[in-house]
Amino acid sequence: MNFVELNRVSVRYGEDGEGTLALEDATLAVAAGEFVAVVGPSGCGKSTLMKAVTGLWPPTAGTVAVNGQEVAGPLSIVGMAFQNPTLLPWRNTLDNVMLPLEIVQPHCSRLRREQSAYIAKARDLLALVGLKGFEDRFPWELSGGMQQRASLCRALIHDPSLLMLDEPFAALDMFTREELWIALQDVWLARRPTVILVTHDLREAVFLADRVLVMSARPGRVIAERTINLERPRRLDTTYEPSSVAIIHELREHIGAARSGDGAERG
Amino acid sequence: MLKSHRRRDSHMDPSEAIGKPSAKPRRRSRLSRRAVRSVLPWIVIIAIFVLWEIAVRAFEIEQFVLPAPTAIFAAGWEWRAEMLDNAWQTLMTTVVGFSFAVIFGLIGGVLFGSSTLIYDGFYPALVGFNSIPKVAVIPILVIWFGIGTVPAIVTAFLISFFPILVNVAAGIATVEPELKDVLRALGAKRWQIVQKVGLPRSMPYFFASLKVAITFAFVGSIVAETVAANKGIGNLMLVASSRFEVPLAFAGLLVTSIMGIGMYLVAEFMERRTTGWATRGVDAMGALRG
Repeated sequence: MNFVELNRVSVRYGEDGEGTLALEDATLAVAAGEFVAVVGPSGCGKSTLMKAVTGLWPPTAGTVAVNGQEVAGPLSIVGMAFQNPTLLPWRNTLDNVMLPLEIVQPHCSRLRREQSAYIAKARDLLALVGLKGFEDRFPWELSGGMQQRASLCRALIHDPSLLMLDEPFAALDMFTREELWIALQDVWLARRPTVILVTHDLREAVFLADRVLVMSARPGRVIAERTINLERPRRLDTTYEPSSVAIIHELREHIGAARSGDGAERG
Repeated sequence: MLKSHRRRDSHMDPSEAIGKPSAKPRRRSRLSRRAVRSVLPWIVIIAIFVLWEIAVRAFEIEQFVLPAPTAIFAAGWEWRAEMLDNAWQTLMTTVVGFSFAVIFGLIGGVLFGSSTLIYDGFYPALVGFNSIPKVAVIPILVIWFGIGTVPAIVTAFLISFFPILVNVAAGIATVEPELKDVLRALGAKRWQIVQKVGLPRSMPYFFASLKVAITFAFVGSIVAETVAANKGIGNLMLVASSRFEVPLAFAGLLVTSIMGIGMYLVAEFMERRTTGWATRGVDAMGALRG
């Protein structure tokens, strides 16, 4: 069964239909528990796709359905993480991670009664991404990578069945990024949420995803799709093996085509 | 004295922590700098008084033009009972007006900051209202409430609530869109976003405005007391100068500024306790570690 379904979705920004067409006729389906990566040249509407799926921005045309229901507004079964960790500076790591529980039902009404159980859960999650012992630290006391780990935990704390990641590792250095790939893979293997990861890093896409979608330059359409059948859990070395490198090259070509296509249209 | 002392030492694992160089080798110089910084304001104040005294004596300035500090202190001491009584009256008036300003400023700030409709609709009218000199309103207040404490309270309120409102509104209106998205994607209502993000975020703005507003509130209450009251420091100064007891009038000014500094320090203390995160916790943590 498809957990997320986009049917000929177009999104145009601006009020009178005169604004930028950010997404055009995007059709895609993501199965429950699948890890899908969306790659494409910059400005191709990847982030718009995220907004359409989570109900933050209604599509101009077409339909978005999540879990068999058409999306009409923000969904609480979604966890989100962005390039910017967006942690609240006045809360320590633990309280930041527990923020969604204060908003999403049914946790919201249970939080007070079962506080210790929830705290234990948050601590487990932090330990899973390697933040054990940093629960009481404030965001400014954490490095960029650690903040992004905490942001991931915040996206996961309410057991979302859909995890939307918008270039979450783009601002990090290579080594930190690779560490976080491992952490994300661990979390995914442990909990199996449906994941849509927007990225412009092909190695990242190939390392993490079951399937990679390539989008064209604006207005964004899905122009290619590649299933990745590498064994899990994947190791960082995997990304340098010929099988992975071949896939990365193949994706690279699609992106090159998408960009030159864009150039031809403009010229 | 008025400025917070920033310390930047920390006991974190250097490999994981960012941007916090160890402060050990520089601690001694920092400690002595700290001592200098806490003594410096007193030195400045005493120096002003000393220079003032010397100038008055050297140029033989008449007492009813500019009294010497010693004369001011003497007058203040001589009239200490009246001084205390009237200062207490002014302090209470100011604190009551200021408290109303805090309450309505916060409520107004939340409304203006979280709703563009309210902001667009009411803000021009509010700016217009705030442009009215509050002194000009006092006679009207006297017609409404009579001579006494109430016009002073209302003036203190009117003059100090605007900066609070504007600052709280700014803090709430400038929440990062991404942060809003995180909460909206969870299904948060507008009020929840204000409560979880907007209000805590606007707290540094709020406390910054309190420091401005408290001094404004003193201006408001004292001006009102000189025009329309029979008690308070403002009234005392008016009576003193009409009797040419200029040292006493100056003593009133002195007491006023002492009260102003006191209230400012209270605001700053609250600020440091509640919004240590805004200064990256440097002060709060320094206090915690002693």
